[in-house]
Amino acid sequence: MVSINVTVDGRSESHDVEPRLLLVHYLRDVVGKVGTPIGCDTSNCGACTVSFNGQSIKSCSMLAVQADGGDVLTIEGLAGTVETDLHPMQEAFRECHGLQCGYCTPGMIMAACDLLKENPNPSEAEIREGIEGNLCRCTGYHNIVRAVQTAAASMSGTGVSS
Amino acid sequence: MTVTDKEYETAFGQPLRRKEDAHLITGQTRWVDNLSAPGMLYAAYLRSPMAHAKIRVNTEAAKSYPGVVAVYSAEDFGAAQAVIPDAWTVHPDMKKPVMTPLATDEVRYAGEPIAVVVAETRYQATDALEAIEVDYDPLPAVIDLEAAIGDDSPLVHSSIGTNTCFYIESPGEAYAAAKAQAEADGGVVITRRFLQQRLLPTPMEPRAVLVVPTIDDLTVYASTQIPHVLRLLLAMLTGHPEHKLRVVAPDVGGGFGGKINCLAEEIIGVHLAKRLGRPVKWTETRSENFLQMHHGRAQIQDIELAATREGKLLGLKVDLIADLGAGLRLFTAGVPMFGAAMFNAIYKMDAYQFNCRTVFTTMTPTDAYRGAGRPEATFAIERMMDELAAELGMDPIEVRKKNWIEHHEFPYTTISGSIYDSGNYEAATERAVELFGYDELKAEQKARRERGDRMQLGIGVSTFTEACGLAPSRVMGQLGVGAGGWERAEIRVTLTGKIQVVSGSTPHGQGHWTAWSQLVSDKLGVPFEDVELLAGDTATGPQGMDTYGSRSLVVGGSAIVKACDKVIEKAKRIAAHTLEANPDDLEFAAGVFTVKGSPGPQMAFVEVAAAAQLAHNIPDGMEPSLNSAYTFDPINLSYPHGTHLCCVEIDTETGFTSIYRYACVDDVGTVVNPMIVEGQIHGGLVQGIAQALFEEAVYDEAGNLITGTLVDYLLPSAADVPSFLTDRTETPSTDNPIGAKGVGEAGCIASTPAVVNAIVDALRPYGVNDVRMPCTPERVWRAIQGGQSQSGSVAKGGAQ
Repeated sequence: MVSINVTVDGRSESHDVEPRLLLVHYLRDVVGKVGTPIGCDTSNCGACTVSFNGQSIKSCSMLAVQADGGDVLTIEGLAGTVETDLHPMQEAFRECHGLQCGYCTPGMIMAACDLLKENPNPSEAEIREGIEGNLCRCTGYHNIVRAVQTAAASMSGTGVSS
Repeated sequence: MTVTDKEYETAFGQPLRRKEDAHLITGQTRWVDNLSAPGMLYAAYLRSPMAHAKIRVNTEAAKSYPGVVAVYSAEDFGAAQAVIPDAWTVHPDMKKPVMTPLATDEVRYAGEPIAVVVAETRYQATDALEAIEVDYDPLPAVIDLEAAIGDDSPLVHSSIGTNTCFYIESPGEAYAAAKAQAEADGGVVITRRFLQQRLLPTPMEPRAVLVVPTIDDLTVYASTQIPHVLRLLLAMLTGHPEHKLRVVAPDVGGGFGGKINCLAEEIIGVHLAKRLGRPVKWTETRSENFLQMHHGRAQIQDIELAATREGKLLGLKVDLIADLGAGLRLFTAGVPMFGAAMFNAIYKMDAYQFNCRTVFTTMTPTDAYRGAGRPEATFAIERMMDELAAELGMDPIEVRKKNWIEHHEFPYTTISGSIYDSGNYEAATERAVELFGYDELKAEQKARRERGDRMQLGIGVSTFTEACGLAPSRVMGQLGVGAGGWERAEIRVTLTGKIQVVSGSTPHGQGHWTAWSQLVSDKLGVPFEDVELLAGDTATGPQGMDTYGSRSLVVGGSAIVKACDKVIEKAKRIAAHTLEANPDDLEFAAGVFTVKGSPGPQMAFVEVAAAAQLAHNIPDGMEPSLNSAYTFDPINLSYPHGTHLCCVEIDTETGFTSIYRYACVDDVGTVVNPMIVEGQIHGGLVQGIAQALFEEAVYDEAGNLITGTLVDYLLPSAADVPSFLTDRTETPSTDNPIGAKGVGEAGCIASTPAVVNAIVDALRPYGVNDVRMPCTPERVWRAIQGGQSQSGSVAKGGAQ
């Protein structure tokens, strides 16, 4: 067992973990952040995408021990505690019907936030390329792309940053 | 009291934002794997690495691994293990080989469960799998469908003496006469062989099961489309009384048909929880999901079409070979038969022959995948219509117009015996042609051809219909389905006038909560926000037939509307009593009862709700409740339709194909929420496009699934597909009170042939008249080079 200290959604967490424990299993089974789901076992689907030290990562492709000392932001920490505090990206996904079953949504939103941080005004093609590491089986991506466009417009208009 | 606010009258038909979304976009979700219970254990399954083998299992060493609580194989359960259920007796003589949840003595597909470990943690359960000893005595794999039919083929199930499950042949005289007429009169007879590749349903949430035992009750949390059916099956299979078994489908992350089964891990999960007296959870990995969740499609279609020189259809003949995989799941045998009535599609013809052979192989069992039989049928006929047009030098839309049922001919009984209640193929096609820019793209295609451009265009047409809104019970009985087709709804009215809708139709992404709220808001005149949905839990809604076959709104929604009618009838009696009027003289609109022709007293629904429950002053003998339930069983299936037009751009030097423009106009009848309908179409389109361009479950000769992870199985990403041009026409169904026709599968059914037709259209100057799916760059490039396809069986179609 290895002792690690990780900040998760603004709260400091300390646990003894197996060296082989994946970060996503740490978040879900140890910290209790089950809002971040698992969709595959090959790092293809992106459902488990979180922000680590300000960059989006697939939390199934990182060990919990590698996160020691780091800062993790999950979908659960993106918004405030009440509905009116939604992040513009969350709001845009709802407004544009960018989700159906919602399983890919946490990862998709986290990846899209990261995309806009790097490129605040992406073209449709840049959005599609930018989220190609996140798979969705329900929406056909049409409304996800619209949601990211909408969030980009809203965030550049209001100066809100991710 | 005067109520004049009519804003909620308009909830019906509006693109209201979804109530579901708030918890999904903030991670406040209840996927099964998110749930836990005190003392919970984890299960992990050892799966066969071989397609076909005799097995001997020794679990002893695994039992002493850290954290392991129990290890079981088939022999530990004996007959009590039960069998994998099937629910569709397609033919009285069909073969039904027995398979058990954990393989008994023999495995028949790679991935079949052999043993289960139960341990204190997820990782400990998985670790101990390596200590289970299995001796595999290999038997031959049966992979090739046609070879499997031969007398000298090895058998998948030696106990039944054949690999054929059933063979159905319909009379051929009428088609033979149609063909003879075509040949005699200078018409055309076109034959093609199409391969429907195996597909993996791939809902983003893999399956998971958590079984929680109490003294004599069991609660099963399952990622399933069918909580009610599952409760019945688990009760029948395990002997646990149905009334003491609760199944909950909490948040379910997609299904696409993949979650309509009762599989090994659910049955074994019940056994484990009962034996160990502790909650047991199992969550599959994606790799397990690809091996164990049933696969879809997997058919060989030999199609022959006879037509006059002028392009009028005379007859159609279909010879189908369907790959059932290693055994029967709930609807495995019925999937090809569900398509049987749809090959003739929207077209009039005098003769139709359908023959079907279903075959066992040593691959994962097949069953319903988004469309289930209808995408295969639609693909075949829509490809054939484009082939007919090409053969005759006609426009593919014109050849369809010559043959389709005209809007004034409904209701129309098709050659296969279906009764289409309504439709307007002319209107949908006209709008699609306009939206697509058909003439403009034809001109661009011509210009590129004349210039000899490297990047060539192709235009494909698909004017589809499908049969959905799964029901009616009587028809399902005639077809041998071991289930009814009704749906149940209950409307509960609280004292404060809030509504709880208990629906037997359970959601897994469709937006039931929102759409059902719109239905109820419209009917009862209560605010959209005042309606709550209770679904997916057999404790709150004990009766239901669940969600598949685009049935939720058509059948489940209709039950809600009918239950609301009963609520209104009860409310009217109380309102009349209070207003001292005759019930027949009352009108109800926008949530308010008024006396006809009188500006006088009114009573709002919310006031009636309170009066009903206070029961201080209600009519003598009346029950003090507005709660009402209705079980709706429609008289017919529903038949949405639409016209889909696809333009592909092909790099003729590399074979790389992209979608240049895609436009579709769907007619799904009356629409409750156009935003949700459009979303269903988008998602369906991409799944259908994925079959045309990307996806295929590939097995090697030894029976290994070599596309066993998302690395190898090409699920399209956002970068692989375009945005879409969509519109609708609305021709209401005449067979349900809403007029809805179902939308869940439409996009997926329509788009595959539109894409392949477009590819073939682009390549016709190269002498190509078919490309096997998925139309990968390599296959397209080889077709351009005049080469044969990899299988050698269908490169350029049967007419070459």
